[in-house]
Amino acid sequence: MEFAFTQEQEMIRDTAASFLKDASTSAAIRSAMASDLGYSPDLWQRICTDMYWQALHIPEEYGGMGLGYVELVAVLEQMGRYLLCSPYLATVAMATNALLIAGTDDQKTEILPQLIEGKTATLAFNGGSNLWSADAVTASYKRDGDTAILNGQYRYVLDGHSADYLIIAAREEGSIGAEGISLFVCAADTDGIKRSLLPTMDQSRRQAAIELTDLRLPTESVMGDFGTAAKALSKILDLATVALAAEQAGGMQQILDITVDYTKSRNQFGRAIAGFQAIKHKAADMMLRNEVARSAVYYAACIADDALSAGPLADELAEAASIAKSYCSEAYFKNAGEALQMHGGVGFTWEYDVHLYFKRAKASEHFLGNSVYHRERVAGVLLD
Amino acid sequence: MKLQFSPADEQFRAEIAAWLADNLVGEFAQLKFRGGPGDEHMFPEERKKWERKLAEGGWTCVGWPKEHGGRGLSIEQQVIFFEEYARAGAPGRMGHIGDGLAGPTIIAFGSDEQKKKYLPGILSGTEFWCQGYSEPGAGSDLANVKTKARLDEASGKWIINGQKVWTSLAHESEYCFVIARTDPESKAHKGLGFFLIKMDQPGVTVRPIEQITGTSEFNEVFFDDAQCDAGDIVGEPGEGWKVAMGLLGYERGVSTLGQQMAFQNELNEVVALAKRNGAAKDPVIRQRIADAHIGLKIMRYNSMRMLSGNSGDGSLQKEALIYKLYWATWHRDLGELAMDILGAEADILLDAPYELNRLQSLFLFTRSDTIYGGTNQIQRNIIAERGLGMPKELRP
Repeated sequence: MEFAFTQEQEMIRDTAASFLKDASTSAAIRSAMASDLGYSPDLWQRICTDMYWQALHIPEEYGGMGLGYVELVAVLEQMGRYLLCSPYLATVAMATNALLIAGTDDQKTEILPQLIEGKTATLAFNGGSNLWSADAVTASYKRDGDTAILNGQYRYVLDGHSADYLIIAAREEGSIGAEGISLFVCAADTDGIKRSLLPTMDQSRRQAAIELTDLRLPTESVMGDFGTAAKALSKILDLATVALAAEQAGGMQQILDITVDYTKSRNQFGRAIAGFQAIKHKAADMMLRNEVARSAVYYAACIADDALSAGPLADELAEAASIAKSYCSEAYFKNAGEALQMHGGVGFTWEYDVHLYFKRAKASEHFLGNSVYHRERVAGVLLD
Repeated sequence: MKLQFSPADEQFRAEIAAWLADNLVGEFAQLKFRGGPGDEHMFPEERKKWERKLAEGGWTCVGWPKEHGGRGLSIEQQVIFFEEYARAGAPGRMGHIGDGLAGPTIIAFGSDEQKKKYLPGILSGTEFWCQGYSEPGAGSDLANVKTKARLDEASGKWIINGQKVWTSLAHESEYCFVIARTDPESKAHKGLGFFLIKMDQPGVTVRPIEQITGTSEFNEVFFDDAQCDAGDIVGEPGEGWKVAMGLLGYERGVSTLGQQMAFQNELNEVVALAKRNGAAKDPVIRQRIADAHIGLKIMRYNSMRMLSGNSGDGSLQKEALIYKLYWATWHRDLGELAMDILGAEADILLDAPYELNRLQSLFLFTRSDTIYGGTNQIQRNIIAERGLGMPKELRP
């Protein structure tokens, strides 16, 4: 047992930290926030050509680096820490995972190398509910000879307005629950797909609504066999959940650092407010939640690693993902709220960065399931 | 990162599990799941006998270096030992203060003479220890101890006067390690000594403290001209604080994994109860049970990080700094959850005058968890100061 980053993993993490510290500054974040795209295409290309992050856990046979989920999580943690505006979560933690898990060899061979070179992709599955499983899929398909005809709507599609490729979950007409779920992959500009940007309170990440109207997709677009993708979808979502939790843990670290620095420099009653127990104890609780969150995320990362490589602990993925997400979701928002309070009035301003984390914390708390949702998943296994 | 243990370690796991299965039988079977927190006063003689059984198998002091009679287990194997020990329901260790605190301190700071005199009794499970730190005026402010030690020129012995409090199992112990002031003019951390004192002597009086559970495992200990030999001070006079704090370095959290296995047993009982009485259908209770389950899982992951990490300089890492605050609060919450699952039944005792069931005992006893060994408030000060570099508390 060695539950710590290896030297190589530490190097990946430290490189990510120093790159993002320079690249994802407050000014850069705000400029991305104000753009239609929601991120800087130049920075995205640098991440691809200089950092190879899009290639991290793609197997070498498809041109990737063949590393594991622990490395991915190490990078995602830093992305969350520096609030990177990018389609990374959508492209890598959702679409790439979907291709790796459910894609045919042809699909992987065709699309993964493009993603490695900087094309983007995302996953559309949720018809607009707070369910984060096959139950959320409302769009439907019917088969017509060698093609499928899809109709329906999606919300909360990360970077859905700009992605080059879409992975789409739809259910056979009339099916319910885990039955009849299929995954499709197609170019986002295919006829029959209408995409619209949803304005978001958290402007550091874009979301879109997607409407399918008689979208016709050939058999080659189906990922695996028709109607059998529910299990794959839940695995994809679990992996994405671990990735999002890693971002959350990183965000928690940064907001704590920013806040502790602020309290050390802010003087009232003749001394730094960091010296008051009312402040120290809040900060201590924040650090506790940080460390606990990190422990949960690293564990889930190891399990995700196994899940991708059919290792001995693969069956633990759903629980590990729920543990990490349920803890990180409440903890990140709690810390961000405390950070705002400890900043006092300036925490309420647009100028200070606190609100960026505060909003990201709330948005990512609910995306892919909030704490209550994930606790009930755990409770179901434990109690029913 | 790697979660699995090596095949050799798994073989070791099978070895200790088999030993426990073979030996925790017969007269020892009644001790299963007994003697833990809240239950430490039960079966003292039988549990001391169990300690000797452990010693025969070479299962005391498993983390001590071999040269001092220990088993010299790696961190991983110690983890496995504590896990299997708790999984088997083996009883709360009567010897844990000697095994985990007194012994390691003597090994690190003690003289050869002290090692020869004290380590064998700990190893053989025949001599038990208690910890004389807190005093009526030295709780959170531990350095404020008033107990005095003076070297009597005529007899060549240290003479100890003062009072200790909250001394677990003092009434069952042969020895007590005590911090006392060697320089009567000194204040705070300076001028203290670390003494090894025999309990069975005229100058030592033990008085049990009745706790909110109605039971007594804590005591007051009075020293009235109690004596120890000149050679029974660990380190030099004035170095007591350094020696006492050195103990904290040994508590790297290995035994906490065993503690967590005991927590798991408690949680299992809570879950079984909720299923039995229908509370498991209540959505709020479901959330709280899941939260407890998740909290314990992460506690384990956190310990694994603590044990894997190596800060190199022996300083506590961040995940170790938060550990006490985290587990104590988790455990207290579990006690409350157990009562809320019981509902109205929570108030009904097993028997008069005050026989608590295990969950009631858990509920009451866990209130001490967030107080002893550094209150939650003191823990937060420590975390803020050492973990985040925030200003230290003002000392007038």
